[in-house]
Amino acid sequence: MTAAEIKEERWFAPPDAGDDELDVAEILQKHAGQRGGLIAVLADIQSRWGYLPESALRSVSAAMDRPLADVYGIATFYRAFSLTPRGEHLICVCLGTACHVRGGPGVAEEIGRQLGIHSGQTTDDGRFTLETVNCLGACALGPVVVIDGHYYSKVTRLRVAGMLEDAREGRLGTAEGREHRLPIEVACPRCNHSLMDAGHPIDERPSIRVTVGFGEDYGHLRLSSWFGSQRSGSESEIPAGRLTDFLCPYCHQGLTGTDACPECEAPLVTLLVRGGGAVRLCSRQGCPTRRLDLP
Amino acid sequence: MSRWKEWIGMINLAINGFAVTVEDGSTLLEAAQFLGFPIPTLCHLEGLSPYGACRLCVVQIGQGDRARLVSSCTYPAQEGLRVWTASNRVLRARRMVLELLLGSCPQSKTIQDLASAHGVRQQRFRQEQEDCILCGRCVRMCREQMVAGAIAFRGRGATRSIGTPFDRNSEQCRLCGGCLYVCPACELRCTYTDAPERAVCGGCANLAPPCAEQEGFDHMMCYMNPCVACEIPTPEPQPGVPS
Repeated sequence: MTAAEIKEERWFAPPDAGDDELDVAEILQKHAGQRGGLIAVLADIQSRWGYLPESALRSVSAAMDRPLADVYGIATFYRAFSLTPRGEHLICVCLGTACHVRGGPGVAEEIGRQLGIHSGQTTDDGRFTLETVNCLGACALGPVVVIDGHYYSKVTRLRVAGMLEDAREGRLGTAEGREHRLPIEVACPRCNHSLMDAGHPIDERPSIRVTVGFGEDYGHLRLSSWFGSQRSGSESEIPAGRLTDFLCPYCHQGLTGTDACPECEAPLVTLLVRGGGAVRLCSRQGCPTRRLDLP
Repeated sequence: MSRWKEWIGMINLAINGFAVTVEDGSTLLEAAQFLGFPIPTLCHLEGLSPYGACRLCVVQIGQGDRARLVSSCTYPAQEGLRVWTASNRVLRARRMVLELLLGSCPQSKTIQDLASAHGVRQQRFRQEQEDCILCGRCVRMCREQMVAGAIAFRGRGATRSIGTPFDRNSEQCRLCGGCLYVCPACELRCTYTDAPERAVCGGCANLAPPCAEQEGFDHMMCYMNPCVACEIPTPEPQPGVPS
């Protein structure tokens, strides 16, 4: 699951006392008759309310005929579950080994100092929750901080204020928020030829050049090599919403894979990232889906 | 192998070099203890399911490079298995386990006795005066014998603890005291009733002053309110959830 997907699952309507009971019953109904479905039920409750309310744990315990102590034990065991409401923005600081030696703890401390909270706490105004995780799997980019699913790489104490500002201003994931973007270098997964095009920079970096086919027409499409930026350029006009065939400009093999875009169900295109991992993007013109899968 | 052994469900294995025959389905611990080979245990208790938490009952199975240590209380006896219950490697492992247990809970009489019996003469680890070694005896007692399920493990890693959900009185708790009874860390029951000067404490937490003089019960291993041993009601829990 990508960070963006996690983020989307996490943020839902704020806790509403009115329909608590009803919805827990609904979730329980969905998982009724499944053996060992406790974690699935708790995960659904967590994603519905952003945390596990005590009343919900009691309902689950009663409905699934498990002691409350068991349910509570599982709810406290997994880091994905939270017993207290989380803030509007969730900040995850990676303290895995690589991030740790590159100064992750200092970054966590600085964020905590600026927000006046410790790890695991939420600010009084309910805007930020600070959590530490033990590895995000992006060790080469460490120290890594994720705010609401947006990755900040090589974070220093000096950048903390700007990152928090981005979150406060709602600039995460938009063109103005620059810090969250990740420079990537990609290659064709078929012939391993680099797709970087230094001759036509976009966003002051070499662009990614691929051949696209739509109907009878073919042309070059250039994409920004900043992961997180949607800017692109093309010699010919591609109608928005049009499904396109992505081809490698060097080996002319198709890049379109079998996975479908979660947004519009068009096939996803896979490009290799130098240094490991893959980036996937939607083959429908104008669809914003981009996924970065790091090893 | 004679046919009758197979017929009545017996299996052959070698314990400390002796060829023995034990009932199929028994664990190595049961087999060894039945035949008179002593294996020390801590988290094991007859009548409760095997748990394998304390690792004190380790034995060596296999030979040569393939030899490995397993917890005998959870390992089923297998046909042809070669078990060593007191090899040098086993004894060394047990001594290390005891030294670590002694470091986390030095006031426990049970652990002191075990350490003494195994010749642990030094302690290289900082004493932590923990009141719980997370052996899970009370959890299993509560669930399996008392069919209550009032307490369970909570959290994980360094913050793992045993207690009631939300640190509040459990509706399932019937104040049976079974958890206190089986606890290896607090064998010495608190005798505090009305005369604090005559109290012999160390029951629920430390050898330190009687429970009444402590700030609260939150760091003691007493999940009952009022405690059936010392009859002091637990103060109302603080609002909020433990981290």
